[in-house]
Amino acid sequence: MLFAVFLPVLLALFIPLLSKWKDKIHTGFFVMLAPLAIFIYFVSFIGTDFEPVTQSYNWIPSLDISFDFYLDGLSLLFVLLISGIGTLVALYSAYYLHGSERLHEFYVYLLLFMTAMFGVVLSDNVFVLYSFWELTSISSFLLIGYWNFKERSRYGALKSMLITVFGGLSMLGGLILLTVETNTTSIQEMIAQADVILSSNYFGLIFTLIIIGAFTKSAQFPFHIWLPDAMEAPTPVSAYLHSATMVKAGIFLVARFTPIFSGSEWFFIIVSGIGILTLCWASYVAVRQTDLKGILAFSTISQLGMIMAMLGFGTKAAIYAAVFHILNHATFKGSLFMVAGIVDHETGSRDIRKLGGLATLMPISATLAFFGTFSMAGVPLPFLNGFYSKEKFFDASLHIDVANANLWISEVLAQAIPYLAVFGSIFTFVYSMYLVFGTFTGEKKLDQLPVKPHEAPIGMLISPIVLVLGVVIIGLFPNLFNNSFLAHTAEAIYGEPVVTDIHFWHGLIPAFYMSVVVVVVGAILAIIRKSWSGIYSFIPGKLSFNKVYDYLLDQSEKTSRKITNSYMNGSLRRYMILILSAIMVCTFTVIFLTNGFAWDTSDLAPITLHEVLIALAMAIAAISTIFTKNKIAAILILGVVGYGLALLFVLYRAPDLALTQLVVETITVALFLLCFYHLPNLRERTELTSQKLTNAVISIGFGLLMTVVAISSHSTKLFDTISGYFLETSHDIGGGDNVVNVILVDMRGIDTLFEIVVLGIAALGIYGLIKLRDKKGAE
Amino acid sequence: MVKSNDLILRTMTVLIAFILFGFSVYLFLAGHNAPGGGFIGGLMTSAAILLMYMAYGYEAVNKVLPINYRSLISIGLLVAVLTGVGSFVFGQPFLSQTFDYFYLPILGKTELATALLFDVGVYLTVIGVTLTIILSISEDR
Repeated sequence: MLFAVFLPVLLALFIPLLSKWKDKIHTGFFVMLAPLAIFIYFVSFIGTDFEPVTQSYNWIPSLDISFDFYLDGLSLLFVLLISGIGTLVALYSAYYLHGSERLHEFYVYLLLFMTAMFGVVLSDNVFVLYSFWELTSISSFLLIGYWNFKERSRYGALKSMLITVFGGLSMLGGLILLTVETNTTSIQEMIAQADVILSSNYFGLIFTLIIIGAFTKSAQFPFHIWLPDAMEAPTPVSAYLHSATMVKAGIFLVARFTPIFSGSEWFFIIVSGIGILTLCWASYVAVRQTDLKGILAFSTISQLGMIMAMLGFGTKAAIYAAVFHILNHATFKGSLFMVAGIVDHETGSRDIRKLGGLATLMPISATLAFFGTFSMAGVPLPFLNGFYSKEKFFDASLHIDVANANLWISEVLAQAIPYLAVFGSIFTFVYSMYLVFGTFTGEKKLDQLPVKPHEAPIGMLISPIVLVLGVVIIGLFPNLFNNSFLAHTAEAIYGEPVVTDIHFWHGLIPAFYMSVVVVVVGAILAIIRKSWSGIYSFIPGKLSFNKVYDYLLDQSEKTSRKITNSYMNGSLRRYMILILSAIMVCTFTVIFLTNGFAWDTSDLAPITLHEVLIALAMAIAAISTIFTKNKIAAILILGVVGYGLALLFVLYRAPDLALTQLVVETITVALFLLCFYHLPNLRERTELTSQKLTNAVISIGFGLLMTVVAISSHSTKLFDTISGYFLETSHDIGGGDNVVNVILVDMRGIDTLFEIVVLGIAALGIYGLIKLRDKKGAE
Repeated sequence: MVKSNDLILRTMTVLIAFILFGFSVYLFLAGHNAPGGGFIGGLMTSAAILLMYMAYGYEAVNKVLPINYRSLISIGLLVAVLTGVGSFVFGQPFLSQTFDYFYLPILGKTELATALLFDVGVYLTVIGVTLTIILSISEDR
């Protein structure tokens, strides 16, 4: 299985080489072979005696992360969908994309996506699952933005990236919590510990985070907004990613975790509630669309909502219906996208208002579209698979088991769902009819089309024909895959084998009446569509979730810019205030909280008159530098502080320091004088009173802080100093009597080494600044 | 530029510069046992050289002391690092210092310490740094 998962990526490595011959043989034909081989490999697993297969390959054993591939019925269904439709899409794209496009990029992204999807559906390890999950987001981003010269493409790619990665990260959080709770990274072992998870304190968080991941990926309300914008991708991509595979990853995830989560009552409320809401909202909005792919996008959203709702019901029949509909939806939606692509390709327009009467010009496409849309609408004809799953859906919606429900909301939801299901299905019927009749019947508007329409080449038609054959075959023999295939899929979700007989005629059951209502009301609404479509200018009118998304994006940018500008205003004075205040607040808080202030006068030395006089002189000098107007004077007075310090060093018996301080003070004063001598005459800086006040508060506060810290640290002597050691050993070990010097060059020579390095760098820096400045910039 | 007559300054400089040189060498050598050392010594030597620059002008001193002070920085750093590296030869950690007493022909019993070599590095670097900074600033117009 490892090879099957990574085969597309391996092939992707060779695509740039293959594209050399893209003018002779379209790269798509090579690419087609990979999913075809995988499809054939996995078809061999189908059978009534199918048992789950596990294979494990080490990746990061120390973190308990390994490529554990687990093939059960659920994975098998998805793997076959991905590889099967992948083959058809590669074939279709070989006719759809012209040889002059950047084919190598397209197929590399597509193959990358295939590997990612195989990985998502086959991984048993949650972290491997997550890795592949993000890879689908990234490759989908690349594919949506394939025509990156279009502004709408870039917008759609970014939007889908932001939303799906948001969901992916939230899912990662949920998966990590799951791993922590169960102490395993394997999904199957987590399922075995479902009761541990259900009783965990973090269950709510785990559930919410993982469900957000699934809902964003599967475009559930209100995260559905990225899908219509993702329609800017080339049509093969829309057909593959945004109808058959990637958008079902969220469905897969919910199905995969159903054995764990379905024990909670909220599973039904959230999954079914949001699912049915998505179904109604998206099918309602789809009627408003004018773009063929726009209609199909909202249609996909609503169908996904329907599957999600069925997974939430949690009954045996509902799970089976969900699985069945996953298969059916992939067949008819894939074919419809391909037909929409053909119409686009052959007429140059996807705007349904410009299309019409194409049935006589494109008879095969029209036939395919007829099968696809009628199946999607659930028209009761015995050769359309959509009808079966829709009827199963109605049936399941009437038999929701809320016997164990403790929350009133479950009861209400269970009562409301059948009505909502019918409501959503009526609109599904309306947009399906609008789609097929609006495009292929009515008057021809050839003058509005950029290209004169004609039937597509046969190669382009093969893929939709195969998919429509799938629609018809499942429609005619609905039990064909039942025992050998779908029963195992449902078993993987439900926990025990599910075998249901599907017949066209189940008798006069309520579900049948619901279907009749849908068809009759839907047909009436479709015929008089023009007379009531004005309702869309009231609901949703100008409101849409795109507006919310744009507003959020815009506001987050604006707000962060505002916040940044509010404190990064470029004024050094402001930064100084912020830095010093931060230090003061933190240090004072720590001193206050830890009761760190200490006052101990026991080991203070007696104060002599000299010291007092020098200190007074220094203090007066320091204070007068603040108040003097003349800058040169300020420097000279500051020199008094420096020489006073040298005197203090003398008094405190530090001759080396005193010498150095004297010389260094002289040099710095000289340098300061030099600087100020050459300064241009700056305008006098007038400070506001409030600024002066701030300065005063900050400086006094900081001085106070340093005083407090100094007093406290002097008063707390936890250990004896190590200076005794230096005094004793200086002569014997260092061979010198000047202890300071011995410390500098011998005991701690490395400090000195780097101090002279600092000096050297400073000197070279000054030299560089002066000598090597840009001659053009100089005056 | 008006040629000013600063005879007294120049005469005194000859005297004072040598006294300063002598004092700086004393500070440097005495550093191990008395106040002083490479840093002060280097600063004093720079002061002496600076005095000569002030009295005699840029060209004259450059002729007498054709030293590139920037390369003095690197030489000083090299010396300091090499004394540290030297301790590897004797299987000691970086910057290990040692000393011993020798009987030299003229000086008699003398203490020779490897720390002095390190101090030479400090001394040279400080001279190089000080003069590089001051000369490059004063040359700048």
